Amino acid sequence: MKAYLSDRMGAALLMAPLLLFLAAAYAWPFFGVVNWSFTLPEPGLGQYGTLLSDPLVQSVFIRTLRIAAIVTIVSVAAAYAITVVWVRGTPAQRVVAEFCILVPFWISVLTRAFGWVALLSNRGLFNTWLQAIGFISEPLTLVRNEFGVIVGMTHFLIPFAVFPLASSMRSLDDRVLLAARGLGSSRMRTFWSVFVPMTRSGIIGSALIVFVFSLGFFVTPAILGGGRSVMVAELIYLRIFQSPDWGLGAAISVVLVLFVGALMALLFRYVRPKQLI
Amino acid sequence: MQQPGRAAEIKAIGIGKSFGSFRALDNLTLDIGRGEFLTLLGPSGSGKTTFLMILAGFVQPTDGRLFSDGVDITERPAEQRAAGMVFQGYALFPHMSVEANIAFPLKVRKKSAAEIKRRVGEMIERVGLKGHEKKLPSQLSGGQQQRVALARALVFEPGVLLLDEPFSALDKGLRGQMQAEMKRLHHETGTTFVFVTHDQSEALALSSRVAIFNHGKLLQVGAPDEVYDRPANRFVAEFLGEINMLPLKNVRNADNGATGLCEDRTITLRGNARAVGSNAILAIRPEYMSIAPEAAAGENGIAATAVASTYLGAATRLDLTTRQGAKVTVSVPNEVAASALGKGNSVWLTWPAEKGFLLPDGGQ
Repeated sequence: MKAYLSDRMGAALLMAPLLLFLAAAYAWPFFGVVNWSFTLPEPGLGQYGTLLSDPLVQSVFIRTLRIAAIVTIVSVAAAYAITVVWVRGTPAQRVVAEFCILVPFWISVLTRAFGWVALLSNRGLFNTWLQAIGFISEPLTLVRNEFGVIVGMTHFLIPFAVFPLASSMRSLDDRVLLAARGLGSSRMRTFWSVFVPMTRSGIIGSALIVFVFSLGFFVTPAILGGGRSVMVAELIYLRIFQSPDWGLGAAISVVLVLFVGALMALLFRYVRPKQLI
Repeated sequence: MQQPGRAAEIKAIGIGKSFGSFRALDNLTLDIGRGEFLTLLGPSGSGKTTFLMILAGFVQPTDGRLFSDGVDITERPAEQRAAGMVFQGYALFPHMSVEANIAFPLKVRKKSAAEIKRRVGEMIERVGLKGHEKKLPSQLSGGQQQRVALARALVFEPGVLLLDEPFSALDKGLRGQMQAEMKRLHHETGTTFVFVTHDQSEALALSSRVAIFNHGKLLQVGAPDEVYDRPANRFVAEFLGEINMLPLKNVRNADNGATGLCEDRTITLRGNARAVGSNAILAIRPEYMSIAPEAAAGENGIAATAVASTYLGAATRLDLTTRQGAKVTVSVPNEVAASALGKGNSVWLTWPAEKGFLLPDGGQ
């Protein structure tokens, strides 16, 4: 009992610097933001009223949810395929898959966003190629719109979607798959009616993580959206720095944080934190 | 392995399997008869499970051919063989209800909804799972999960049912119950059963024939009493139960048996015990030996001294040492054991001539 207590004391002491840092750098300023949302420019719920009635704010929220939903579906589907190879492939396939999953972590988000601009712009690689082979005559608008934002965000988020999926695939009992095949089920059918349903918790965890990340994206939409496809985080930035309305910016922030908080609570009902790394 | 409802007849010819340099199974030739209950018995790593996986189609043999009802199925994939299979740990679909688990093999065969409903209902009734149809496997006890696994493997009327140590996770009482259940299912369905176990009493109790494996080799196949009473070699003799072994000299064949010298007494063997050399090992199961104050002339017997006894309830196990130092174990009625130990001096061990058998001297 004593050893247990001192272990817990030790753990608390080791975590203390991080907790103090988080309190000072995030919690305390956030209370300041909450305070602004109720007091700027005058005390009251006025900014929350604006938030509910302003068509611009609403359209940005709806766009954010739409983009986050599309990015979630595409990222999880792509991550699922990569994870199957990573967890169940031959040793050589595993190495390649692992490389594909880890490399994006070493390249900054800015570099990747500009990389996509270079690939997708009117005179970028894709349009040049497609015109060269005569597939299109006029360049396609692939960037500075929602499409560009979705491509960039999906690319960034796929690796994060991999880990919960990998965890659920690793814990799956191979004999159940053998049993399905032994009972006459084709490989395809075994995959869809046994393998996929058995990794359900991984799919939910993966989707929630990607969705939560997507809601707060700033750099990628700012660069690939080119100001035309504004998401919530960029709207907050604009309200604070360009058309100063700190109260509205703060109210939007509070709503975003509450929404993300609710999703995180949902996430941890399905996934243990250990499974996310 | 063929059209449903008919038991399959399987022929394995020269089957071998290597994993790298490890020879898991070597030159196995075995006929499995239509509707028989064959047990593959052996210690872990003996090749019995590898052979079962080859029968199921999950493992490709490196040599040999496999036939089902005369058709070569060596290269046929598992899903097209569709042998019913019950795995160690059951391998139920955790996300499906009992009903859906049992319906699965019928669904992949695209049976009509009405037929699926009828056959699943019959199967649930047959294995005694009525009232549990909607439950998930995680809500069932071990014995109930076992029944679901059996029902799922039998519902599509496979030609052969393969069972990989299905009872290893059950406690002793439940095990006996499930064994009886399985015997009944075998009788009712008439399907060929191939059952893997490392438990020799289970093998002897259930099967019509037992195939004993060791180090990747099939050592002997035969009816339970045949392999128990006339094991082909020392490994089989020891694996199937306790056995007393005594050196035998001057062995020669006689009418309907053999004779030899054991500790200077002439021993007679009857039945198909045949001499294989002038020296051999005389083997007798403990339960066939009895204790007597004297051995009559012409009766098999050797003198021994009791050194220890273990009370087993129904009987007593006596450990004895012969004059030349060989150790012998017998199982005797409790009061006989008490008197044998009480005297502390020499007794005679006797046994009927047809209960002894010969094993090659020093060989495996």
